[in-house]
Amino acid sequence: MADQKRRGQIKQAPENFISQELIADLNQSGMDDARRGFLRNGFMAALGGAIGVSSAANTFAAEGDPVILEKQEWQTTLGKNVATMPYGMPSIYEANLIRRESPGLTRVSAASVAFTPLQGLFGIITPNGLHFERQHQGWYNIDPEKHRLMVNGLVKHNRVFAMNDLMRLPSVSRIHFIECGANTGLEWGNVAVPTVQYTHGMLSCCEFTGVPLSVLLEECGADLKKGKYLLAEGGDGSGMTRTINLPDVLNEAIVAWGMNGEMLRPENGFPLRLVVPGVQGVSWVKWLRRLEVGDMPYATKDEAVHYNDLMPDGMARQYTSIQECKSVITTPSGGQQLLDKGFYNVSGLAWSGRGKIKRVDVSFDGGNNWKTARLETPVLSKALTRFNIDWVWDGAPAILQSRAIDDTGYVQPTIKMLRDVRGTRSIYHNNAIQSWKVGSNGEVSNVQVG
Amino acid sequence: MFKLAKFVNLSLLLLSSYLVADIAFAQNSGSRFPGIGRDATPAEVAAWDIDVRPDFKGLPKGSGSVDKGQQLWESKCSVCHGTFGESNEIFTPIIGGTTVDDIKTGRVASLSDRKQPQRTTIMKVATVSSLWDYIYRAMPWNAPRSLTPDDTYALVAYLLSMAEVVPDDYVLSNSNIAEVQKRMPNRNGMTLKHGLWSAKGSPDVHATACMTNCVQFVQIGSELPDYARNAHGNIAEQNRQYGPFRGADSTKPPLAKLPGAAGEGLAHASDTHVASSKGPAALFKSENCAACHAQNAKLVGPSINDIAAKYQGQGGALDKLMDKVKNGGSGVWGSIPMPPQAQLSDEDRKALVTWVLSGGK
Repeated sequence: MADQKRRGQIKQAPENFISQELIADLNQSGMDDARRGFLRNGFMAALGGAIGVSSAANTFAAEGDPVILEKQEWQTTLGKNVATMPYGMPSIYEANLIRRESPGLTRVSAASVAFTPLQGLFGIITPNGLHFERQHQGWYNIDPEKHRLMVNGLVKHNRVFAMNDLMRLPSVSRIHFIECGANTGLEWGNVAVPTVQYTHGMLSCCEFTGVPLSVLLEECGADLKKGKYLLAEGGDGSGMTRTINLPDVLNEAIVAWGMNGEMLRPENGFPLRLVVPGVQGVSWVKWLRRLEVGDMPYATKDEAVHYNDLMPDGMARQYTSIQECKSVITTPSGGQQLLDKGFYNVSGLAWSGRGKIKRVDVSFDGGNNWKTARLETPVLSKALTRFNIDWVWDGAPAILQSRAIDDTGYVQPTIKMLRDVRGTRSIYHNNAIQSWKVGSNGEVSNVQVG
Repeated sequence: MFKLAKFVNLSLLLLSSYLVADIAFAQNSGSRFPGIGRDATPAEVAAWDIDVRPDFKGLPKGSGSVDKGQQLWESKCSVCHGTFGESNEIFTPIIGGTTVDDIKTGRVASLSDRKQPQRTTIMKVATVSSLWDYIYRAMPWNAPRSLTPDDTYALVAYLLSMAEVVPDDYVLSNSNIAEVQKRMPNRNGMTLKHGLWSAKGSPDVHATACMTNCVQFVQIGSELPDYARNAHGNIAEQNRQYGPFRGADSTKPPLAKLPGAAGEGLAHASDTHVASSKGPAALFKSENCAACHAQNAKLVGPSINDIAAKYQGQGGALDKLMDKVKNGGSGVWGSIPMPPQAQLSDEDRKALVTWVLSGGK
């Protein structure tokens, strides 16, 4: 006992990497900085040799991890007051996860896209500040006191509602995904962009709050026998107009003002937008100002010139609206860098415009063998579903894929299967299985298989 | 008898409450939600109900000649779309890729020809009403809803004349537009035979969920070329700089080996900088100046370089341009007006103009 309490005494290292001479010297003369440094290096070398896979928190000097041993600023000084940021912002250490434009995609930013950083998000809800943006003629902060919704066409009463009116009506809150019809469109021909933000980032999922479309139409006395089509019109400069398949969406569509518990953000249509679950984002008309019930489709610009799918024979499919079952692994994904071999939780998102996700399979060998992933709750109709699966990476090159199946039994296809039917010039509705290659250096890249 | 009496009483009660409701809320007698909303006046409906359908319901009376259309086009449209609707600088071309044969068949042959470099608007659009509706609704780009119906007829006539759908001396009107529809080059090029209109529609691909030994060999058919590695900026700065999934530093070649558990050699959270930019360059973007002005190229308005060069060394240029930004103006760079930017503070205006006069440096 007396020996162990002597000044400079150290316990024997597990691998005996310290020489007997040094131990004797330390026992006699005590510890100083030079000896401490020498010990630290020796211990680190021993650890590195002995343990192949370790994490940063397990790598430290003999005494321990400095961030534990040394007092940190946040432990020893007074922090900021409440409401220093009255509307909170993410940590400054999260500044990299922002909406981003894809360089060269469009030539004017007022008619462009900013993509959601799916590679850094968790769960199924998209934070409002990261909800993707697609503007056609720039966005405005519309004064809610000056915003009106008109309902006309095949209705008994052409009606006008102010926000004060609409927000008094019985409301619902439902979680749904919204995906631009052109999401993943850049990949129809070849791999074109590096990361999941640019391949799949025109995708968000929020809890939307508003009055059911059916309640509003009933209130106006809509003729739902003759009126099979709805024209939704926006209040922006483009006066965005889309034909909606009315009988198909009547039970689920919402005239919405709320998004994840707050009002819609201006970039996403404040103060009012249409929510059409399962249908491509362009139909979720922002700054919604008019709904017209009609008896034929309207062939407006974005359904006559854009958003139709060119087939190999030169015919274009018009009014292609439904987003079919799709999934993507978000971590790890293109452009990311794995640190080391060992265990990873592989995670991603699955969704279907026709209903609920029933199953997601994941392949680590380019689609040859598949394992069924865990679906995390909630699993909701026409909402994103989060899936997770365990993976122990042995350091060899791998190709990761996910394949979703919805409750209609539809199985997400390969890009080859889609091209066999639709060719390569479709732009819209690419719901193919996505492949990510993991190199032996740990870098993940976007590839197409087959 | 009792039942009948009760029925009659109930009916009277319902009738009377209906009458009361009818008086109190005269504008919508069937309302479940009394006091909410009101009937639209005919003038209000006319002001907003401007859509034009393929059967021309909604089309206002009016007319316009190709000649008038050309004049309007050159002053309001050509800056973005080119003199002949062929420009690809700002938006994809409107005109090109159709033939006289297409007008006969109603199918644009170049849509199935992979040699055609781009799909123009006139190649794709099946309905002339779509052109009319969109131009009237949303053009010109920086001044939507400023065209009259007659202007719109003239502009559509000019576009159609460039595509040889109508002759050069044509006057398009509400009474002859249906004839024009019969000559639209891609009028038979659209199909509704697909499964993506309705949630109940049938899918066109039928994959199966094979689980083991599904493919004979795995071959990578496409990947990003090396030269595109940094085309989307540094991916390291687009990912969380802690945790297991970092971004690769795309400004450098790929790492030779794994970085190890501590992320040796990778960027870390402490390197993260606040991404939001400030100053005149950020104002230029946030105040939407970039919708009309670019650094080097003429868009709707002159480029920053051109403005800087024009006013270089001129006394009073700062005040002159600050006034122009505040109140708008036209004539210096062509006929497209610069809209007034009254929302800017004097301080921001000064910062922006100083920055522009310095060439955006």
